[in-house]
Amino acid sequence: MGQIELKQVTKSFGTTQVIPPLDLIIQDGEFTVFVGPSGCGKSTLLRLIAGLEDITTGHIEIDGKGATDVVPAKRGLAMVFQSYALYPHMSVRKNIAFPLRMAKLDKAEITKRVEGAASVLNLTDYLDRRPGQLSGGQRQRVAIGRAIVREPAAFLFDEPLSNLDAALRVGMRLEISELHKRLETTMVYVTHDQVEAMTMADKIVVLNAGVIEQEGTPLELYRSPRNTFVAGFIGSPKMNLITGPEAEKQNAHTIGVRPEHIDVVESGGQWQGTVGVAEHLGSDTFFHIHNTGLAEMLTVRAIGDVSLRHGDAIHLNPRAAEIHRFDAQGLRIS
Amino acid sequence: MARNVTTQRKIITTAAAWTIGLIIFFPIYWTILTSFKTEAQAINDPPLFFAFNWTLENYAIVQERSDYMKFLWNSVVIAGGSTILGTLIAIPAAWSMAFVPSVRTKDILLWMLSTKMLPAVGVLYPISLVFVQFNLLDTRGGLMVVLMLINLPIIVWMLYSYFKEIPGEILEAARMDGATLKEEILYVLTPMAIPGIASTLLLNFILAWNEAFWTLNLTATNAAPLTAFIASYSSPEGLFFAKLSAASTMAIAPILILGWLSQKQLVRGLTFGAVK
Amino acid sequence: MATKASRSAARTMMTPAVILLLGWMLVPLIMTLWFSFTKYLPLRGDSIQRGLEWVGFANYSRFLSSSAFWPSVQTTLIMVGGVLLITVVLGVLLAMLLDQPMWGQGVVRILIIAPFFVMPTVSALVWKNMMMDPVNGIFAHLWRFFGAEPVAWLQDASLSSVVTIVSWQWLPFATLILLTAIQSLDSEQLEAAEMDGALVIKRFWFIVLPHLARAITIVILIQTIFLLSIFAEIFVTTGGAFGTRTLTYLIFQRVIDSQNIGLGSAGGVYAIILANIVAIFLMRIVGKNLDA
Repeated sequence: MGQIELKQVTKSFGTTQVIPPLDLIIQDGEFTVFVGPSGCGKSTLLRLIAGLEDITTGHIEIDGKGATDVVPAKRGLAMVFQSYALYPHMSVRKNIAFPLRMAKLDKAEITKRVEGAASVLNLTDYLDRRPGQLSGGQRQRVAIGRAIVREPAAFLFDEPLSNLDAALRVGMRLEISELHKRLETTMVYVTHDQVEAMTMADKIVVLNAGVIEQEGTPLELYRSPRNTFVAGFIGSPKMNLITGPEAEKQNAHTIGVRPEHIDVVESGGQWQGTVGVAEHLGSDTFFHIHNTGLAEMLTVRAIGDVSLRHGDAIHLNPRAAEIHRFDAQGLRIS
Repeated sequence: MARNVTTQRKIITTAAAWTIGLIIFFPIYWTILTSFKTEAQAINDPPLFFAFNWTLENYAIVQERSDYMKFLWNSVVIAGGSTILGTLIAIPAAWSMAFVPSVRTKDILLWMLSTKMLPAVGVLYPISLVFVQFNLLDTRGGLMVVLMLINLPIIVWMLYSYFKEIPGEILEAARMDGATLKEEILYVLTPMAIPGIASTLLLNFILAWNEAFWTLNLTATNAAPLTAFIASYSSPEGLFFAKLSAASTMAIAPILILGWLSQKQLVRGLTFGAVK
Repeated sequence: MATKASRSAARTMMTPAVILLLGWMLVPLIMTLWFSFTKYLPLRGDSIQRGLEWVGFANYSRFLSSSAFWPSVQTTLIMVGGVLLITVVLGVLLAMLLDQPMWGQGVVRILIIAPFFVMPTVSALVWKNMMMDPVNGIFAHLWRFFGAEPVAWLQDASLSSVVTIVSWQWLPFATLILLTAIQSLDSEQLEAAEMDGALVIKRFWFIVLPHLARAITIVILIQTIFLLSIFAEIFVTTGGAFGTRTLTYLIFQRVIDSQNIGLGSAGGVYAIILANIVAIFLMRIVGKNLDA
């Protein structure tokens, strides 16, 4: 079990309120990702759930039981930190065993669980090393091992992949997703990387300045962003947001169209411009286009290799059905 | 420095450094050397640097006159006891300041340090009255408490600066792992801070060992440490150079050896963690 | 990482240290203050049990008007200032020398650090007799060797002699801290300055010295704390004679030698005030410098 419910939770540091009243339900077994730009309060929110920070007002319930005044140790949650926070003076074995030792489990049970976790995480050969002798990816696995042996109600991840290099990050992303599929335990995952959010989440919670801008499945957020913030944040490269006459033509203050929803045509396109930078990836080509009269720069993704170069004129056709419209407040017009 | 240094320059630097080093060390060297001379050789003109009959008789005489082992033991007990006591009190305090800092933390730290500025002589009489009242005069326990109080601010400060280098996330991890505060400090913080705690213990042991105001003024015979042992040679008998040297050597040898052995940790400790 | 629980735990865990130090500060301070307003001469039969005679500010004005007071303040400041100046200047030079590549650096370090381990009573005795004795001291031999008349250091140049002894004790401390600081100086910074055409002196002035500012502050702070209460060195060498009577020593004489507790306590209050002036001054600088 691991349902987490936040009711009217606020957090202030001194006189600055970093989280205005916020309600959120994280369902049992759900993989929830908090995503947002740095300083949006996503890590603070996670630490409130963990109990590492006090909430200023409101309630937190874990599995229907009030957890607001429960110390972190007693909430039944496990956390994986950004820096992994391994105990440098203990071997991998002792690191993983630490929470069990604190729970006063007997030795045989501890050994069994530690070795079980080690074999799941491919750490068996490293059990007697110190964290300092491990690579970044291995350390990450130890941190995860330390979390799973406790069989917690929920896992909390605080930007766990941000210290890994790009290749490892993709691998660990898959491992964590698989772990979730196998354990079916609630996971709350904080990241500023929307690709991680899109690939891993059952539910994404987009945060901005402590406020939940939108929550929903990755595709819900992609298909119908509730406002311009979510529209700009979810999806890569970013959605093009256009204001002015072109938007007014569509009875909107702002229109948004994703780079992959603009087609490059030979001539006679609805929009024209000149190519600034062209990024040829082989499978795709990204164009950064100037002088369209619509926005300072448009980003367009073409499938395959399109042989336009810097300074070339380009003709574009947005797909009408894929245009998102927003009002003056930035809210979606449906 | 990533550059080629000419051998010539290195020779000059070496010569200069060694000369200065030897000059600074000379008084100690001279004392140790003299302690092995006879009194006549000790005041020989010109001074004898090598050619003399080495003798241990001064050490025998000093030992006969005053029971060195008793003073030594008092020094060990008083310095060791006060340091350990201080550290036990300082660890929780330093934990608080390093990991749960508040707006007042820095003020408290500075206030603690400022208690060290309280001129000892200004409060000597009141303290001796308190000592008389509680029968602490000339006891090791009383002196241990006083030296602990004197060094407590430094111990707190040093531990604080070491603890601050330990990432808070690791302690939070321990908390998430179900550790109580006691377990967090015992199993996670303390083992991680061992090098820092060791150099704190060392430096404060040395400071307590060499403390010469309270140890001279609050002891008579029973609890007198080595500072008092050597002070008894400051009378005109001190003119017996060889015996004075032997006594001096006996008083400083233990801490000199300890200091040299632990030089690396000490240098770090000496800087109070404030200079990296 | 601050929750209500951890904050209250923090307060609890700080309490023993704070209470002990508060007691250590307040109890004697209050007693000293009280004594300073009374006539308290234990040798003439005054005692707390029998009640002390309240004399108001008499002790204060007497201590202040005593011919020994101002010279003792002056001596204190000269001694502290002199030692600080010598140790910091020599410390910087020595640290820069030791930072250079050389053979046997470890041994040189051991030689230089040694005085720090020598207890003040011993170093005072050794210097007084073995080095500065006008007949048999090393200096006397040296002076005679060059055909000069040996100097009675502790009588004729007493204050500077004491300053020398104390500087010898504290130079290792200054040198080692400054050396640690110099070693943390990024050599690329110096090389960049060299590329920019800065000469040795300019490099020292504009890069090395600012880099050392923090370390120098620490040296000054720590040393001042210890230097203000210098006792053994004076007790052993001159007994406060020949212009080496610091405020600390003057009070010591009033309290212990002449057993005038009231007068000594008034002096103690002055010493506390002086120490506080110095402390506030220092804390300001240090507080600022330690923020980083």
